[in-house]
Amino acid sequence: MLKGPLYISIFTSLWFGILSLPFTGILKALFISGSIFILLLLWHFLKSAFSLKPSIGLRISIPFKPSTITFSAIGLIIFLPFIVSSYIIDTLVLAGIYIILSLGLNIMIGYTGLLNLGYAAFYAIGAYTYAIFNTKLHLGFWEALPISMFLSGLAGFLLGIPALRLRGDYLAIVTLGFGEITRIVLNNWISLTNGPNGITGIERPSLAGYELSGVIEYYYTVLIFVILTIFFIKRLIKSKAGRAWMSIREDEVAATAMGINTFLYKLYAFSFGALWAGLAGQLFAAKMRFVSPESFTFFESVMIVAMVILGGQGTIAGPVIGSIILVLLPEVLREFQQYRMIFLGAGLIFMMIFRPQGIVGKRIS
Amino acid sequence: MFIIEFKGLTKYFGGLAALEEVSFRIKENSIFSVIGPNGAGKTTLFNCLTGLTKPTRGEIYYKGNNIVGFPPHKITKAGIARTFQNIRLFKEMTVLDNVLVGHHSCYSQNLLSSLLRTGTFKKQEEEIRQKAYEYLELVGLHEEYQRLAGELPYGSQRRLEIARALATGASVILLDEPTAGMNPQETEEMMEIMRRLKEIGKTVVLIEHDMKVVMGISEWIVVLDHGVKISEGPPDVVKNDPLVIEAYLGKEIHA
Repeated sequence: MLKGPLYISIFTSLWFGILSLPFTGILKALFISGSIFILLLLWHFLKSAFSLKPSIGLRISIPFKPSTITFSAIGLIIFLPFIVSSYIIDTLVLAGIYIILSLGLNIMIGYTGLLNLGYAAFYAIGAYTYAIFNTKLHLGFWEALPISMFLSGLAGFLLGIPALRLRGDYLAIVTLGFGEITRIVLNNWISLTNGPNGITGIERPSLAGYELSGVIEYYYTVLIFVILTIFFIKRLIKSKAGRAWMSIREDEVAATAMGINTFLYKLYAFSFGALWAGLAGQLFAAKMRFVSPESFTFFESVMIVAMVILGGQGTIAGPVIGSIILVLLPEVLREFQQYRMIFLGAGLIFMMIFRPQGIVGKRIS
Repeated sequence: MFIIEFKGLTKYFGGLAALEEVSFRIKENSIFSVIGPNGAGKTTLFNCLTGLTKPTRGEIYYKGNNIVGFPPHKITKAGIARTFQNIRLFKEMTVLDNVLVGHHSCYSQNLLSSLLRTGTFKKQEEEIRQKAYEYLELVGLHEEYQRLAGELPYGSQRRLEIARALATGASVILLDEPTAGMNPQETEEMMEIMRRLKEIGKTVVLIEHDMKVVMGISEWIVVLDHGVKISEGPPDVVKNDPLVIEAYLGKEIHA
């Protein structure tokens, strides 16, 4: 009798093969179950390669207990493009971009406790960096990516130097101001940004001479970036920097008394959080092939904050779930037309009253 | 010999003198108490020592260096760690993580190694976890290392604060009313912990109201009243000092 990961891999891949048989035909079904099998094995291999051996029960990563639900979810995410319409896939691409955004913001709000109401500014900087470098200097997606991430991170760093001397509400107001300034600059610097008309003709990324222009290809591109984002943020949280951030959130005075240079670590949180907005911005610019200041309003910043809070700040799963819900919900409620924002608002209010820690968040009572 | 020396330490809050020309020395590897009625300036003294407030005048020497004006995190790094009168734990972090935060300045970790989880990173993490666990054993909390700090009972929270301060690697541990609100048995355990701290070579500086603790454990006592040092010496001397008795009980009225 086979046990463990191999057994689960075989079972799950067969299950998906059978499920997809009526839709795809025998050849594709075989292909699907084969690739699921390989991916699952690979996943498990990576998992065991990176987790630490326990010593007196103080291991650094909690052992991953794969359940059938986890595997089904992974399979679903991977094979969704073959099942649903391209309209839904397009929405999911947007959800993926927001997942990256809210995970980045979560570093500031959820882990370090710094309320940022101008996060869309970093998003805009990433999007415009790619748009300008691509259309004016003909730099490709991959060459521009480090530049966008760097510039967004730098913006976070530079904003942080004066702003992080403030606390709480005051910090929130300064970041709000920064968000508005960024949008207004983009609107008025006509020679560089083409003002309110925006920049058109932005390229999608291409890989080995093949343009990832179809919605399905782009779905996978974004999916990979989402996975990478989760992977990196999760690891950073479970290191010295992550612990320092959380201690600042819990009690800044005590954190200082523990030898933490709180200003420096808050600055790290700002730059490292802003960096992901650069990535998301570039993905957004490439997806729309068009950027304009309208996409980066205060409302956008508030929505990203709502995603973090709704899902559960200070967790990884929280912002992911929050983003998916807040991107998909307006689409689901589309037939209610102008009333849909009312439903959304009412939903948020109820959520904050009955479960203020968010969907997956935990809180000491 | 003397690890800390205060020279003419003065702190004004507006017109109020919280500390006035306070001078004394603290012997290395001893248990030292600062006592005094409420509002005597004891916590202000701790705050000046740890850099949380800046003294108006005066000098504080730690191992011969003047540390006035150092930011708090540098003072901790230099070797002075503290606990707080009103417990300040990282409530929504685990007990172990609280102590790991204490280790902050004892090791360095770069971004790349933590992202890639290199061999050295893992080894280092295991090492500091092991050390953190040992500190928890010292205060008797090792069995609860996975619980959230905010869920611990009051007495355990106080002990966790000590483990966290120890984890900074400091040689001077400042305890701000460690036995406040404790029952006699918990107080006894806390005194035992303080004795153990001395055994492992730490200097313990204590603010305390419980005279049984102060007289039972201290080697040297400084008494503050209204920001002024009114007495100092070993327990027996301080206990019988008329100025101290007056500060605590008031003056006798002769009819």
